[in-house]
Amino acid sequence: MDVLELARWQFGITTVYHFLMVPLTIGLSVLVAGMQTAWVRTGEQRYYKMTKFWGKLLLVNFAMGVVTGIVQEFQFGMNWNAYSRFVGDVFGAPLAMEGLVAFFVESTFLGLWIFGWDRLPKKVHLACAWAFSLATIASAYFILAANSWMQHPVGVTFTDGKPTLNSIWAVLTNNTALAAIPHTIAGAFSVAAAFLVGIGAWHLWRKRKSDDEHRAVWRSSIRLGGWTGIVAFAVLAITGDFQGKLMFEQQPMKMASAEALCHTEQPASFSIIAVGDVASSNCEDVKTFNVPALLSFLAHSDFTTEVKGVEDLVTEYQARYGTNYPDDPQLGELAGQPVDYVPNLPVTYWGFRIMIGFGAISAGTGLLALWLTRKNRIPDTKWFPRLALLSIATPFIGNSAGWIFTEMGRQPFVVVPNPSGVDGVWMFTARAVSRLTAGEVWTSLIALTSLYAVLGVVEVFLMRKYVRGGIEGVIPPKQTDDSEGKDELAFAY
Amino acid sequence: MSLETIWFGIIVAFWLGYLFLEGFDFGVGMLLPILGRDNTERRVMINTIGPVWDGNEVWVIVAAGAMFAAFPGWYASLFSATYLPLLVVLLALIGRGVAFEYRGKVDSERWRRNWDRVIMIGSWVAPLGVGLILTTTVLGLPLDAQGNRIGGAFEAVRWDTLLGALAVAGFALVHGAAFLALKTAGELRERARTFAIRALPVALLPLAVLLVVVQWREGALWTLVAFVVAVFAAAIAWTRLVADRDGQAFAALGVTIAASMVTLFGALYPDVLPSTLDPANSLTVAGTASSPYTLQVITWVAAFGAPAVLVYQGWTYWVFRKRISAAHIPPVHTP
Repeated sequence: MDVLELARWQFGITTVYHFLMVPLTIGLSVLVAGMQTAWVRTGEQRYYKMTKFWGKLLLVNFAMGVVTGIVQEFQFGMNWNAYSRFVGDVFGAPLAMEGLVAFFVESTFLGLWIFGWDRLPKKVHLACAWAFSLATIASAYFILAANSWMQHPVGVTFTDGKPTLNSIWAVLTNNTALAAIPHTIAGAFSVAAAFLVGIGAWHLWRKRKSDDEHRAVWRSSIRLGGWTGIVAFAVLAITGDFQGKLMFEQQPMKMASAEALCHTEQPASFSIIAVGDVASSNCEDVKTFNVPALLSFLAHSDFTTEVKGVEDLVTEYQARYGTNYPDDPQLGELAGQPVDYVPNLPVTYWGFRIMIGFGAISAGTGLLALWLTRKNRIPDTKWFPRLALLSIATPFIGNSAGWIFTEMGRQPFVVVPNPSGVDGVWMFTARAVSRLTAGEVWTSLIALTSLYAVLGVVEVFLMRKYVRGGIEGVIPPKQTDDSEGKDELAFAY
Repeated sequence: MSLETIWFGIIVAFWLGYLFLEGFDFGVGMLLPILGRDNTERRVMINTIGPVWDGNEVWVIVAAGAMFAAFPGWYASLFSATYLPLLVVLLALIGRGVAFEYRGKVDSERWRRNWDRVIMIGSWVAPLGVGLILTTTVLGLPLDAQGNRIGGAFEAVRWDTLLGALAVAGFALVHGAAFLALKTAGELRERARTFAIRALPVALLPLAVLLVVVQWREGALWTLVAFVVAVFAAAIAWTRLVADRDGQAFAALGVTIAASMVTLFGALYPDVLPSTLDPANSLTVAGTASSPYTLQVITWVAAFGAPAVLVYQGWTYWVFRKRISAAHIPPVHTP
């Protein structure tokens, strides 16, 4: 493999891995802050125990999210230096803002929250939880604003071969970003929701015969998770629909690739599932089960809109951006070669379907959980906790598939040219990569992947251990400020 | 003063914040097997930095992010040219960060010992790598006209950059010992203080030599003044340790690193990454800066963001200001 391919694999692996931790942190931190609020307001022990239990899992996960995030930030400079030079004027600003106004808050107030039990006044301590959890959302906002600019470049003028920022406001309120942010945050909440339902259901089943606070804790967790999952799915569907319409307008090739739509159709039908090779150049090989005219509706809110197919778009792209890569030494072996404007169709087609399908499963489990625990009922069948535990994985899979779809769907561009973006601002992925030796990128790919693999095993091991531990070990809060005593730390590593 | 120059200063300040803050938590990690005789003592040491190390680490994220925003060409060339050292730093930071969180999560001697090793190794390797990379940007690399490194993967590893690696690691070691003297009580504190007194003259030697080299090659009169301040502050730190005034010693070490950064980056300015091949290829403040508009935007963000950070991070240190000793450490508690 050459440097370009290696760097792409590395970006894909590290990003998807990082994004296994991030959504759980975002969703769970807000829910934990909510639990703690309930405790501070009502003084009920079950809310305290919920805060402690879910908070501990949050911390095990947060550490991994932070350390894998550092890799993401440096990777642009390491592997994609030509990209960094090209977009630095605009892309760096939201990244720096993320650090300065979001990530500092996140890590500082998390430290205060972890170690501040019993040390800070109750309400100040609660405020730390909210500061931390809202900052995780702010972080996501800035990062997604940066990413959305690559999908839809706005707020710049094109001078001397480079985009120059002329409106930070346009970048921060890019319609692509405003659609992507609630979509991604809702995805994060669906991860946390499935987590609450799955683990809660398993514990509730174990404690179904007892009659104590345990059941109250797990039942509350399940119901919180169930409602969160359903609301999250509704937001996902609405924002996803909105994103589809933007994609139709801004990235027609990605839209066609999501459907493996070979020929332009009017009205266009939506494919539910395909049999055969979606990547075949001869579209007749593929049998898809279609809903007539639905794609037209998804793309443009009416049932008759024409949706362009891959073949016509290729002709259009060739006319606009050339049939061959320019003769630029920065392109290495690709210089002068023909450009393939079609993203990897099996990946985009299936990525899109896996995203929607797996996203829906966890919402279904949430709905079921609410039904089974209605009116103080305690389900005592084994199949439900099993199903709920399994469906913890589904929003993770859905999120990953969504990201793989959205990033692979913009190939061969790293900054996508599009009709409503700023004219002339685009960059081939092949042009973006650093001039490194393949050995260097191999080294980092192998080193990071194997370290991530080991740490993944450790994280799952610890999560399991702490999940199994339940709330047995939760130490009740100190009732008074005992000035005598040993003055032990409330929390210590 | 132009916005470009101000941003050069801000980025140096972010790196200084990083070396000052994470410097001492690196030092604590380095000293874990040296000063911590049993598990309780090691837990005391780790808990001195427990609430703050994560916030300290964000300074490197902001330093790099600010380089990306203000000087994309600098960010792009430096981090691709020092690819493998940077990779090693990242691996060290990952291992160490996870180790702090996971060390106490299982009650087993073997588990703790392994994570202690990760903390210790990570805490040595990361400052060595950061030192090497920062020295590289001051002393330069063979760069072509596009700002890409000519030559192999180990171009950045030379005697003078290795000196920079030792300089930062040596500083972190002493700074960490002074911090432990400030934050612990009892026998551990005495040990940390004694260690700092003995180690200081040797551990800060590479930094002094590096400053002499840089001053000799590129220095001006005002960087010479900063160099003298650095040496003077280091001497004060030593006398304050001997006088049993940990807080003052810790502060004096802060002045040492600040004055050292002024010497190093003052000598570098107006370059940001010199080319050793041809001065025409050198990256400069003016040549790599973002547009004036972008600089204005991030100036507003920094003007409001940075003071806020200093306030709430300062508050964190105030909340956890008590000295810690073995008596404060609760029994091991895992589910």
